[in-house]
Amino acid sequence: MKKILFALALSATSTAPSFAQDLSISFTNLTHGNHFTPLFFSAHTPDQQLFEINTEASASIQAMAEGGDIAGLTADLEALNADITANPAAGVTAPGQTVNFEMNTQDINNHLSMAAMILPTNDGFVGLDSLAIPDEAGTYVYYLNGYDAGTEANDEIVNGGGAPGVAGIPADPLGANGSNASGVTNTENNTNIHIHRGVVGDTSTTGGASDLDSRIHRWLNPVARLVIEVK
Amino acid sequence: MRNFASKALLGATFTAVTMLTLTACDQNPKQEYHISITNITHGQPLSPPVALLHEKTFSFWSIGEQANEALEIMAEGGDGSDLLSLRPDHPQFHSEAPLFPGESIEFTLETRNNSLRSLSLAGMLINTNDGFSGLNGIELVGLKAGQSSVYYAHAYDAGTEFNSELSNTIPGPADGGEGFNAERDDITTVVTLHGGVVSADDNFTGSTLSAADKFDNPTLRIVVTPL
Repeated sequence: MKKILFALALSATSTAPSFAQDLSISFTNLTHGNHFTPLFFSAHTPDQQLFEINTEASASIQAMAEGGDIAGLTADLEALNADITANPAAGVTAPGQTVNFEMNTQDINNHLSMAAMILPTNDGFVGLDSLAIPDEAGTYVYYLNGYDAGTEANDEIVNGGGAPGVAGIPADPLGANGSNASGVTNTENNTNIHIHRGVVGDTSTTGGASDLDSRIHRWLNPVARLVIEVK
Repeated sequence: MRNFASKALLGATFTAVTMLTLTACDQNPKQEYHISITNITHGQPLSPPVALLHEKTFSFWSIGEQANEALEIMAEGGDGSDLLSLRPDHPQFHSEAPLFPGESIEFTLETRNNSLRSLSLAGMLINTNDGFSGLNGIELVGLKAGQSSVYYAHAYDAGTEFNSELSNTIPGPADGGEGFNAERDDITTVVTLHGGVVSADDNFTGSTLSAADKFDNPTLRIVVTPL
């Protein structure tokens, strides 16, 4: 495939992108009780970023982190001429589930980023910020941490709220959440992207401060494993 | 090492075609691996750890797949014997005692078989329902003699027992309760990383655990040195 594309580029001298790398990607949800919403992967130039820790989240990161919506990220990165793989799992990624897919990246897009919301959280997401894709053929393993977008108070109330700026958690795909919680907090002191401090939870299904279950929905980093095979 | 393996096989072909496999194995030099395991948690004793050299295709567990019964027995009750019995003829080690926080244990595994160059080891975090730690098929090919490689182990959840933390469900000294039970009642039924324990000190009054049983990743430090 690589050879054919190269030949085309030579004969036509067009602006068609030259495909620099074929990547086989294997992504695993390592958590015991959290799903990920549709995964978003992009390869981009070294000076582009999907998100940056300790800075304010973009509107598209906020929409992803609060409700799992990756349409904004897709549009943003398409506008940057990034290589994009959106929703390779065709839905949520369950605890322990591995998603395998291929990415062909352009020469200039030699950095990889990813993001997907952690459910159930208010605005937590699994993220990777600008990994330099190795040049040499081989298999590389990375561990990813959980981030907080800093855009929503972690009230831990499961009420269907997933739109940007709407309080609450959309749902728990595991179906292990409680209801009628009073809320853990209604403020978000750190409004920049930061490493998620984890969820509190409780063991009440009918009240308490949190609709999350402390025995089920907590996690320890890392939350995901990324294996990249460079061909 | 790969070079040497093919040379050895070539030699065997010339000398005795009919005994190719056996001859090749016998001609391989003995490779020894010095291994140390250190429990780096605050207060989680590790059940007597087991270690095994094995072929690339074998594993004690796989993330996302259901635990086999040998893993369930180890992760719920701390007995790793059945894990070692999965490959009874492979080089293996079974500690006689639990590995307490801050303690290290050292041992050596040796083999002449070039196909047994993956290392796995495991032990239960015994003040949990079905939490364990270990290494899953570390590749030893490529490690240089006399040079130490350091690995840090995550905490895993076997996915076989719900993390109820209730009295009489945890075999470690925090509870002295039940170990292995063949019933499987976890909410996620495959092997994953562990989410940590909650404890009575963290607003879970029904928990038999205390803040002293809490842990974070990593939980073990392993040093491997080919001799």
